[in-house]
Amino acid sequence: MTAALDAITVVFVLAGCFFFLAGNVGLLRFPDTLTRLHALTKADNLGLGLVVIGLMPRMDHPLSALKLLLVWALGMLAAATVGQLIARSVLRRGLPIWKGPQ
Amino acid sequence: MTAFPLLDPALCFVILTTAVLAVAIRTVFAAVVSFIVFGLLMAIAWVRLGAVDVALTEAAIGAGLTGVLLLSTVARIAKHRADRGDDVPILEGPEPDPAPTDPLPGLATQSLAIVLSAAVAAALVAAVALLPVPAPGLVAEVGSRLSETGVESPVTAVLLAYRGYDTLLEIVVLLFALLGVWSLTADARWGGQPGLRHLARPDGVMAYLGRLLPPIGLLVGVYLFWIGGYRPGGAFQAGTVLAAVWLLAVMAGLVPIPKVSGIRLRLALVIGPAVFLAIGLAGYPLHGAFLGYPPAIAKVLIILIEAGLTISIATILGLLVAGAPEERPS
Amino acid sequence: MSVDSLFTQPGLYGVTGALAIGIGVYGLIVRPHLVRKIIAVNMVGSGVFLLFGAVADRAAPGPGGDPVPHAMIITGIVVALSATALAATLTLRLSRETGRTALPPEPEDPAVQDKES
Repeated sequence: MTAALDAITVVFVLAGCFFFLAGNVGLLRFPDTLTRLHALTKADNLGLGLVVIGLMPRMDHPLSALKLLLVWALGMLAAATVGQLIARSVLRRGLPIWKGPQ
Repeated sequence: MTAFPLLDPALCFVILTTAVLAVAIRTVFAAVVSFIVFGLLMAIAWVRLGAVDVALTEAAIGAGLTGVLLLSTVARIAKHRADRGDDVPILEGPEPDPAPTDPLPGLATQSLAIVLSAAVAAALVAAVALLPVPAPGLVAEVGSRLSETGVESPVTAVLLAYRGYDTLLEIVVLLFALLGVWSLTADARWGGQPGLRHLARPDGVMAYLGRLLPPIGLLVGVYLFWIGGYRPGGAFQAGTVLAAVWLLAVMAGLVPIPKVSGIRLRLALVIGPAVFLAIGLAGYPLHGAFLGYPPAIAKVLIILIEAGLTISIATILGLLVAGAPEERPS
Repeated sequence: MSVDSLFTQPGLYGVTGALAIGIGVYGLIVRPHLVRKIIAVNMVGSGVFLLFGAVADRAAPGPGGDPVPHAMIITGIVVALSATALAATLTLRLSRETGRTALPPEPEDPAVQDKES
């Protein structure tokens, strides 16, 4: 039982870390603000979620596990809102937008 | 002590990298953002050091509220420039730093600054290395009489019982800082609304967030206030969360900013210090000393003080970030 | 009482705090923009808190720790915010009145002027 829970933790946390890594690579390598936002919000939503799922079996109380889920929900809400606001500001200010490989 | 020995060195390295960025990066806006990241990483450092109370405070105040304050300062400076006709949009392009009028110091001064700051840092590192072992501490002393305070969280006991006068003076300092901010209002704008004005579109995502988050934020704030008696949390963290929720609702355009002359606003500002002072003075007849709580009712008194403090801290912090009135009274 | 103590966990954070103080002092001297000076002062403050907390952590390592330094640091963080708010308001007033975001070079000291002329 413990070994199974440990396996769940390891697999999910590693998967979450992969998405965070991918998000950061996207932040550094993508050509414009909108595509970078795309990479970052994926990392926040999916990466954080996977880490949270991975950590939930390690909580000593089910309520603590629920608190972790709440952290994920709030994180997604914040990431989505900030992503929207930044993207809107990009459009309003007429900043350059990537049109595909030249 | 940890299964992953590289975590602490890596964290310290990233903290110092963001610190260097906040000083060296080209634009002021980017410097503020670097400083916010620095503050959030510091909060993780506090968790690593086992100081969860401090981590909560650093994340909420050191990174959160300070960050909002600095970002809105940068935005308002840009607005002043726009009002004057200087076309320098801060958020869009590299804001010139120094502005043409702000000369960087000469090479001699810069070299001296490097020598001086390196000397300060080296002296402090040496001081850490030369500290005596074993280190002195007050854990046993705090624990020995914790039961008399009625609270279970040692940090709350220190803040409101052992060093209650510190916290009383602190809330007065907060109040004085707000008076200082308000007294910097231009005469013509006195009585007007604080400078923070964000008109979000009524159907926009910001207005949506402004409706969705406040109930959750209120719940978290009250929870932090209540849990402060037992576990990490307390009036300062709770007050900060409440202030943040209020600022969010204001920025989303859902709640009007109160005028600084409003009587209810002023009552909310002073209720914390007033309750604290009253209970402190009642300590003379009840327990023979200023801020002396009789053990039988210590817990009730501390919760009363914390409740008043939470209201006042939330109001003061929100208004400190909102700033001095910038709009003429209508 | 040795260099070895720097390579423990509290020692590491103590050194980080000391270096943050140094970086902040440098920024405070060199950067003319007042918002950057405010950031630098806050960085010195954060460094002081971390140094203090790390040194205190040696006495009571692990979760919980020594509550007295923790309470003092919480007080310090809150007071630092109120000072920052006051400084930011001063900066804004200066910017609104004069359009400047830095202090003027040096006040005219009559004695210095005499020497130069």
